[in-house]
Amino acid sequence: MRRVYMDHSATTPVRPEVAQVVTKYFTETFGNASSVHAFGREARKGVETAREQIANLIKAKPEEIFFTSGGTEADNMAIIGTALANKDKGKHIITTQIEHHAVLDTCKYLEKQGFEVTYLPVDAEAMLDMETLKKAIRKDTILITIMHVNNEVGTILPIKEIGAIAKENNILFHVDAVQSFGKLPIDVNQMNIDMLSASGHKIYAPKGIGCLFLRKGTKLSPIMFGGAQERKRRPGTENVPGIVGFGLAAELAGKEMEEENKRLTKLRDKLIDGILEKIPESQLNGHRTQRLPGNVNVSLRYIEGESLLLMLDLKGIAASSGSACTSGSLDPSHVLMAMGICHEIAHGSLRLTLGKINTEEDIDYVLEVLPEIVEKLREMSPLYNSIKLERREECSKCTLTK
Amino acid sequence: MLYLDNSATTSIHPEVRKIICDVLEKHFGNPSSLHKKGVEAEKLLNKSREIVAQSLQVNPQEIIFTSGGTEGDNLAVKGVALQYHKRGRHIITSQIEHPAVKESCRQLEELGFEVTYLGVDKYGFIAPEDLLQSIRPDTILVSIMHVNNEVGSIQPIAKIGDFLKKHHKIFFHVDAVQGFAKVPLKVKEWGIDLLTISGHKIHGPKGVGALYVKDGIKIVPLLAGGGQEAGIRSGTENVPGIVGLAKSCQIAREIFVGNSKKMLDLRKQCISMIKDKLPEAIINGPECGEVSPYILNLSVPRLKGEVLVHALEKEGIYVSTGSACSSKKNITSPVLDAMGIDQETKLGSIRVSFTYETSLEDIKMFVNNLVKIVGQLINKR
Repeated sequence: MRRVYMDHSATTPVRPEVAQVVTKYFTETFGNASSVHAFGREARKGVETAREQIANLIKAKPEEIFFTSGGTEADNMAIIGTALANKDKGKHIITTQIEHHAVLDTCKYLEKQGFEVTYLPVDAEAMLDMETLKKAIRKDTILITIMHVNNEVGTILPIKEIGAIAKENNILFHVDAVQSFGKLPIDVNQMNIDMLSASGHKIYAPKGIGCLFLRKGTKLSPIMFGGAQERKRRPGTENVPGIVGFGLAAELAGKEMEEENKRLTKLRDKLIDGILEKIPESQLNGHRTQRLPGNVNVSLRYIEGESLLLMLDLKGIAASSGSACTSGSLDPSHVLMAMGICHEIAHGSLRLTLGKINTEEDIDYVLEVLPEIVEKLREMSPLYNSIKLERREECSKCTLTK
Repeated sequence: MLYLDNSATTSIHPEVRKIICDVLEKHFGNPSSLHKKGVEAEKLLNKSREIVAQSLQVNPQEIIFTSGGTEGDNLAVKGVALQYHKRGRHIITSQIEHPAVKESCRQLEELGFEVTYLGVDKYGFIAPEDLLQSIRPDTILVSIMHVNNEVGSIQPIAKIGDFLKKHHKIFFHVDAVQGFAKVPLKVKEWGIDLLTISGHKIHGPKGVGALYVKDGIKIVPLLAGGGQEAGIRSGTENVPGIVGLAKSCQIAREIFVGNSKKMLDLRKQCISMIKDKLPEAIINGPECGEVSPYILNLSVPRLKGEVLVHALEKEGIYVSTGSACSSKKNITSPVLDAMGIDQETKLGSIRVSFTYETSLEDIKMFVNNLVKIVGQLINKR
């Protein structure tokens, strides 16, 4: 049976070049980067090279990159860290309703600590309106934290515009770039970004490594305490193999970005068009053009997402219904809810995220298998059958294509 | 080449490396994903949790995976303090803790907690009686390390745990980063409530560790997000690292426990060789008794530790001054400070840390080179 992995937004396989260097740092260059002897110095060299590789990718300075255990830690560190360091200036934070839980739950935590948070709404394509943002800004706003690319529907948010607004109002700007780092061009200066979170395992590096870009001069209260590593911002023995692997993956991603994006966009559009054409009562979620090259998110009416995933899995296709982090919960996606998609349709959503290992044959295979599965599931759906008998009424809240 | 800085970090055991590479290559799924790749990863995660739990003789649901010892310590100390602050705001720890514990306590002091930092004797031992006397009605947490990372003293954890059994409302955290797998540890029997371990000190990978949290104890998370690790530690699980940690726990029994008698003998021999050939040398910390077979701290009068470290490195022997975490700060070790050691000896201290593979030949090579170097350096003056 063909095996097709289309869940690259959940995690990616480690690419061979990266695996090789990680292995080398596991065995030969295993020193503690804080040790002063040769083993330590070699490990330190690896860490500092990686810091440069990552800085280069987002046009930052190496000393502005701080390694973390992943995207979640970077988000927590940035938001809690700046909120606490700037609480004398104000206690208001602006974010959106469609952020990753690492941002949303951190904001909720800060609300309990006496901060106020505005969760900006988005439109039906998960796009943010700049006027809405401007209106939300208050005198005591200290931080704007907005994701670059939504992890579920792939919409690319206008980071440059948001950065300009943040700068104009002298407000710190944090970007959760976990889904865009290494996939879309980022220039922290041009985009006026003060902080940016990235993660290794979304760009073919190992799990358990990520980083925070922190613009020089930005005050931050650390969330962890201990040794003096990462210039006291993030203590703990450096995960040297992870860091070195992350650095290389970032460099390679930068080199391949343009070409890979062209390829993925073509594959993505073929997949989207194919699904919308072959499957009746299907709709695309997210923005059609301002969209991550590898992201496909569709709602298939009368389908229960989880059973669809299991059927796809039996056919060798690995996909998801939303983000992996919330896949255990039965609640519909908070992102689709924020986009105003009704419960029933949100439950039938399917996310297919493409990456390096996917080929045109994979797309053809999905387009062959998916419509069959959907038809089979719909045949079994009492809802579908009852509606087929009656006249189909448009769901008042949503914009489903008929 | 002779690497004797195993308390800073260890090389990855070949079996651990093999299994990590295997996971990196074949099982790259996100354990939270519902498809086969995700389920595979979740199974590996569960299996690893069982193995780590087994090695501590605790239940799998009592293991929380972290990014390492520092995170484990932060999570334990602050997690308990912030969760139970309504019961009281007093914490007892020691002056010789790792910065991950000490600095976490300092942060809590800023938040209005009171912390008692217990002193130690000249060998680096805290006295359980001192601890008993420090207990107040508002004490909520005791955090004491098992093996000191600089001088190797083994703290009387069993005794402290025994004392604390009469104080049901006080939680007991043990930083076992240096002791785990290397010296005997009985988590349940000793009444330990929380315990931190790290992968890269036991020939496992860097960037991964675990915190044992006894069933029924709630802690405030450090990181908010996807709710992984029962809501206590969000973030996509570091599956290859976790599997590697489990493997290193599994082989630890064989490599460390199996070699502990040999290592104790080697440490003894090392000390007697030094005393024989370099009578002026001073051993910092316990010479024998309650001491880790893997750590030896010594000073040579009139010579700076830094100079010795560099001179030894030229001979291909790698040791350190104190802990790696503070090796770049030009200050004396707080551990040696607490032991009341004089300034010259403190500045002269080096830490030699062994591992299961260290042989008598290695020890001889180290001592002979040390003697040679000391001779050269003293003559130069």
